[in-house]
Amino acid sequence: MELSFYEQVDSNRKMTFFLFSVFFFLILALGWVVSFLMDSYVIFPLFGVIAIVYILVSYYYSAGIVTRISGAISADKNEFKQLHNVVEEMSLAAGLPKPGVYVIRDSAINAFASGRDPGHAIICVTTGCLTRLSRAELTGVVAHEMSHIKNYDIRVMTMAAILVGLAVLLSDFLLRMFFWGGLGRSRDRNGGGIAIAAIVLGLLLAILTPLIAQVIKFAISRQREYLADASASELTRYPEGLASALRKIRDDSELLEAANKATAHLYIADPLKGQKIWFKGLFASHPPIDDRIAKLSVA
Amino acid sequence: MIEWLIPLIVVVVLGLIVIGIYNGLVQKKMRADNAWAQIDVQLKRRADLIPNLVDTVKGYAKFEKKVLTEVTRARTSIMNAKTPAEAAKGENMLAGALKTIFAVAEAYPALKASENFKSLQEEFSTTENKIAYARQFYNDSVMQFNTAIMVFPNNLFAGLFGFGMPLDYFEIAASEKKVPKADFSDLA
Repeated sequence: MELSFYEQVDSNRKMTFFLFSVFFFLILALGWVVSFLMDSYVIFPLFGVIAIVYILVSYYYSAGIVTRISGAISADKNEFKQLHNVVEEMSLAAGLPKPGVYVIRDSAINAFASGRDPGHAIICVTTGCLTRLSRAELTGVVAHEMSHIKNYDIRVMTMAAILVGLAVLLSDFLLRMFFWGGLGRSRDRNGGGIAIAAIVLGLLLAILTPLIAQVIKFAISRQREYLADASASELTRYPEGLASALRKIRDDSELLEAANKATAHLYIADPLKGQKIWFKGLFASHPPIDDRIAKLSVA
Repeated sequence: MIEWLIPLIVVVVLGLIVIGIYNGLVQKKMRADNAWAQIDVQLKRRADLIPNLVDTVKGYAKFEKKVLTEVTRARTSIMNAKTPAEAAKGENMLAGALKTIFAVAEAYPALKASENFKSLQEEFSTTENKIAYARQFYNDSVMQFNTAIMVFPNNLFAGLFGFGMPLDYFEIAASEKKVPKADFSDLA
């Protein structure tokens, strides 16, 4: 099934709204549990306000947050002349304004794009990309990222990264709170039954939150890689460039230190190289790289 | 009441459709115009690099005078071009001459190794690529515009709105498409 460009953009807008809603209600639910446990009516609305502020901030400062998390720095125009040139070439091919150009100083080969729309987008590559890929391969990688920008993948993927990042942090925090402190007092006041029920519910939520978040993230991330590969070939009219870059990435075992579970799906290829993944099929953040190379080689 | 309401609705709906067609055509025309402006910028940029290249190369290598004058002439014709077709002509002339210069430069290691020449080479190859990509985007936009003014019912209104003429594609010259011929006669 082939999605037209406009359907793709439209589905990305809807997906962003869906993500925001799921996030909002998850945070509200967590807030409810916490306020129940702490016997306080202030905490519930407070969580609501925090959720809204967090959504707004992550929408408007998405690119800045992600570059900060990933340790990316703005690429100097003289030092990274060729990178700037390649990005300019690809924005001409896509008919988009030139995005911000960032680099991560790391010898692994990887890249990502982020932002909320083509007017507020960035492309980031590792310095490994620059030293180890040829110009044609680098162009393929940048074209792949430019495709993510053009069809608004960046918006959904960045929001997922930032929202999931918070969900993971929050549930970690909650779990810790159950084990130390916070509980003692409420147990004294309400007696055993309710407190235990609350603990069970809270634990369940705390466990479910990152799990749901993960599933959402993977659902939105895998098909898009194939689509972006295809549109990248449309931009460069040279699929072999990207295919050859992917081959180099496959044969390289180096991990990207700056990537984590929340940002892994942003990258062109899994920066964690499938580490700590139990159910490979369902939970892998990227489609198998050999499949992608095969699809490009057929084209 | 109802009797005149129905024609009114029909007129309003038709009006909205016409407005939609008009806006769609304007948008496609603007995109093509903007795409052309992008090519134009890159062509001028490359033309600006040329005196620089000529100076750098002169110091190291002996060229036929003809090549250098041809490059300069192509440059002026690009600077003065008004339409895609004129620019395409100058641009093709230039591409040929530049190829000769870079090919000759291969024979001069000192020239090839100089920092100045290396950075010029990257500049030229990126500008070359940009021209190609901008052309690709321009031709796609032109195709979309030309299709839009020809399909029904747009073709009824396109002339009325002043969008009757299809836009020119930015063509590659026949000489660039030809495969270079290798001459092995002197080996025999």
